[in-house]
Amino acid sequence: MIQNPVLRVVSKLIIPLILLFALYVQFHGDYGPGGGFQAGVLFASGFILYAMVFGTRAVHKVAPLWIWRPLVATGLFLFIGVGFVSLLFGKPYLDYDALAQEPLVGQHIGVFLVELGIGITVAAVMIVIFLAFAGRNQ
Amino acid sequence: MTELLNVVLLGFLALTALAAIRLRDLFAVVMMFSIFSLLSASLFVVMGAVDVAFTEAAVGAGVSTVLMLETLSLTVRRERPPAHRKLLPLLVVTVTGAALIYGTFDMPKFGDPNAPIHHHVVTRYIEASPQEIGIPNVVTEVLASYRGFDTLGELAVIFTAGVGVMALLGTRSRRRKENRR
Amino acid sequence: MDTFGLFNYWVVVFLMMTGFYVVIASSNLVKKIVGLNLFQASVFILYISMSSVKGGSAPILEEGVTLYSNPLPHVLILTAIVVSVATTALGLAIVVRIREAYGTVEEDEIHRQDESL
Repeated sequence: MIQNPVLRVVSKLIIPLILLFALYVQFHGDYGPGGGFQAGVLFASGFILYAMVFGTRAVHKVAPLWIWRPLVATGLFLFIGVGFVSLLFGKPYLDYDALAQEPLVGQHIGVFLVELGIGITVAAVMIVIFLAFAGRNQ
Repeated sequence: MTELLNVVLLGFLALTALAAIRLRDLFAVVMMFSIFSLLSASLFVVMGAVDVAFTEAAVGAGVSTVLMLETLSLTVRRERPPAHRKLLPLLVVTVTGAALIYGTFDMPKFGDPNAPIHHHVVTRYIEASPQEIGIPNVVTEVLASYRGFDTLGELAVIFTAGVGVMALLGTRSRRRKENRR
Repeated sequence: MDTFGLFNYWVVVFLMMTGFYVVIASSNLVKKIVGLNLFQASVFILYISMSSVKGGSAPILEEGVTLYSNPLPHVLILTAIVVSVATTALGLAIVVRIREAYGTVEEDEIHRQDESL
């Protein structure tokens, strides 16, 4: 917990922007630099900044661990599940052409879902790791 | 201009790495590593790898540094000075380095468009992807579609590392402490 | 230009060897992990150096651009960077547990305590 008023005010202003930018990077990654890995790390860094300035107790209040721990696995299962959907339609594993009538649309849906899975798992893993280290410190 | 930037950034990287060896204050070492990451992110931008630079800036200069600082606060701040001078490691490092430098003489020159690496599977990724996938960012489409299996494996590694940290450090230490009170 | 053709690789070798030196010469476990990270970062720079094409733009397809830098090493290194932070965290977690069990993070002291058992 940091008492410096400048840091507290500025980080309160910046944290929503960090989270918004992370979402932009996640969903605009097809057209510009970005994607699930970067977005996940950015999203987590917003929470890490919050924890560093306002204390981990504040983060536990906003988003307790029981939210993050299932999310660690959710993203990975989403990725694996997308692969199984293409198997169900008789295509090879992770072939996104099967996800829609048009192959290009299917590819778009597949890439979107896979990137979403990556983003969820990376963000959750980073936050859980940070909270595990911070929990030792108290 | 690009070549000049390249050389200057590489020089700074070498200096930062040397400083990280010589410093005994671990806080300063971690800060040097953070600077190193930021410099290498700038270098990636110069070399046209924007996605990689983005990741390196967020991960290396951000999350990695925070985790190392957390570890320092849980362990010690200063490294103990070594008991004796280490000549053997220096010898090993010099010999290995010399062998690797000898190996670089067969490498294609930096930025050479005729290097074999640019003529294998990559031409297809760039030329056929508008018809096959239709996403402008080639890095995203190779990552998610052409090399989906690879990425699935990497994600599983991240998942496993996260589970490992949870198993080692525990995420419920605070509640246990409160119970003991 | 030609004199600098291999300069990137030489600096990469130098960085790699500084990381290697820290890993084998330093006895502090936290510093060893910093050394491992330096080593890793030098491999990243090696891959991205190989992917670069003179005059090539970033690999985001656009009308009128024909020369791109090679996207394949970018993909490999992009995932490797995020994996590296996860594995670094695992290493640091082990260091924290070692400190709690032995009361020190200096390698030779840990060995001494092990031998006196």
